[in-house]
Amino acid sequence: MNAVTVPATTRGSVVVPARAAWSAVVRRGEHLTLTDLGGNQAVDFLVYDAHDTAVRYSAPDTLQAQGTIFLTTGSVLLSNEHTPLMTVTEDTCGRHDTLGGACSKESNTLRYGHHTWSQHACVDNFLSEGARHGLGKRDLVSNINWYMNVPVEEDGTLGIVDGLSAPGLRVTLRAETDVLVLVSNCPQINNPCNGFDPTPVEMTITGSGS
Amino acid sequence: MARAAAAAATSTTYGARDHARAQAGARAEAMPVVPATDWPAPPCEAGHLVWAETVAGGGYTHRAVARGTEIRLTDLRGDACAHLLLHVDGRPWERLNTADTVKVQWNAYLGAGRLLLSDQGRVLASLVTDTTGGRHDALCGTSTLRRNTERYGDGAPHSATPAGRELLKLAALKHGLEPRDLPPSVSFFQGVEVREDGALAFTGSYGPGGSVTLRAEQDLTVLIANVPHPLDPRPAYTSTPLEVLAWAAGPTPPGDPVREATPEARRAFLNTEEALASRGIR
Repeated sequence: MNAVTVPATTRGSVVVPARAAWSAVVRRGEHLTLTDLGGNQAVDFLVYDAHDTAVRYSAPDTLQAQGTIFLTTGSVLLSNEHTPLMTVTEDTCGRHDTLGGACSKESNTLRYGHHTWSQHACVDNFLSEGARHGLGKRDLVSNINWYMNVPVEEDGTLGIVDGLSAPGLRVTLRAETDVLVLVSNCPQINNPCNGFDPTPVEMTITGSGS
Repeated sequence: MARAAAAAATSTTYGARDHARAQAGARAEAMPVVPATDWPAPPCEAGHLVWAETVAGGGYTHRAVARGTEIRLTDLRGDACAHLLLHVDGRPWERLNTADTVKVQWNAYLGAGRLLLSDQGRVLASLVTDTTGGRHDALCGTSTLRRNTERYGDGAPHSATPAGRELLKLAALKHGLEPRDLPPSVSFFQGVEVREDGALAFTGSYGPGGSVTLRAEQDLTVLIANVPHPLDPRPAYTSTPLEVLAWAAGPTPPGDPVREATPEARRAFLNTEEALASRGIR
């Protein structure tokens, strides 16, 4: 069982630069607020049980439990063992993606062409940030994309379209257990997930936990 | 009386051996047929079968298959649901990625002509036939111990209502994999649709006899759990047998409509073939 060190206190705000990775342990009962500073930034997000990282965010379990592909206030992020990891307590944007996963250098070659190979991508952010906590490639699964807009048409057609976010919109999550959060502030420049222009986001952890 | 006679017959090593061996040739509804070529009614287009099995409702199976193998899954009675995971055999860090599968192909649904993509920009398997009109699901994954315990009273593998994730864990462990090697799975034979507002709607089964054929485009480890779909609203745990037949056929050739259907598919096949060629594999 792989566990990460749970710090006593890691409170306050930090600005994650455009294209960068970030991670933190959020203790049970604490809140994490993600603020979209520039607007239309996609924030790729994974969350693990800090005491057993084999228990991690499951998009399928989260969708099953809620009966919808979109997340908003009240949505509970469930693990692959169907246990609650975090709950959305506030959402001023209203549209977030659970289907599209992370961009990678490899999938970019399929989506756009091999000319994108030298560009930075979210999977690389997840790998390098995850490695700091003992996580590897086998620990990466389908993630949430906060602020990314992925509608599904009647015939199943699905795609990333222009976002609905704006500067200052935010999402707040309450940790239901001690969790490790991994974030990639999406560097994608080939689709409208971030308006073709990656911008910084702010991460704020509040509360003393319980 | 019968119990006493059996105890007497197996009270010595010789008697126990004879008793065990006398079971040879017994048939059960759910079992593998070995050799697979003894399967009574192979599909007419199949070459020699290499895998022929009926998986019980609430059961699982697993097998390594070579590139070019075609695997036909059939819902015999209308309540099978084949929860499937694919890893590249011997290189399990390359595995099914459901997010890339739907995102790269610009579609949330599975059906004939679609590809199951790995997380490395390559094809694991093509869906070459589908008689169900797409009654499948790439979004909702499988069931868990916790969820089945809440719904049915138990979800353990030895229970009457085993959870898909528990069975996939066992299948994975038999290939040297661990629970953390299990990403979100896809499932066949029980449909889910996304409504305009994002709501998920369970559309259920196509009915008895529906089948899909997957073609392995790399050497694969195939893990399958046959359990009810997690959105199945019926209170009873209803799971009926799944038939699995596989035969050697050859990878999807150049010019095939499956690979030429979209630019994304074409690049996925090119990436796959180039990665295999650089390892000396054609």
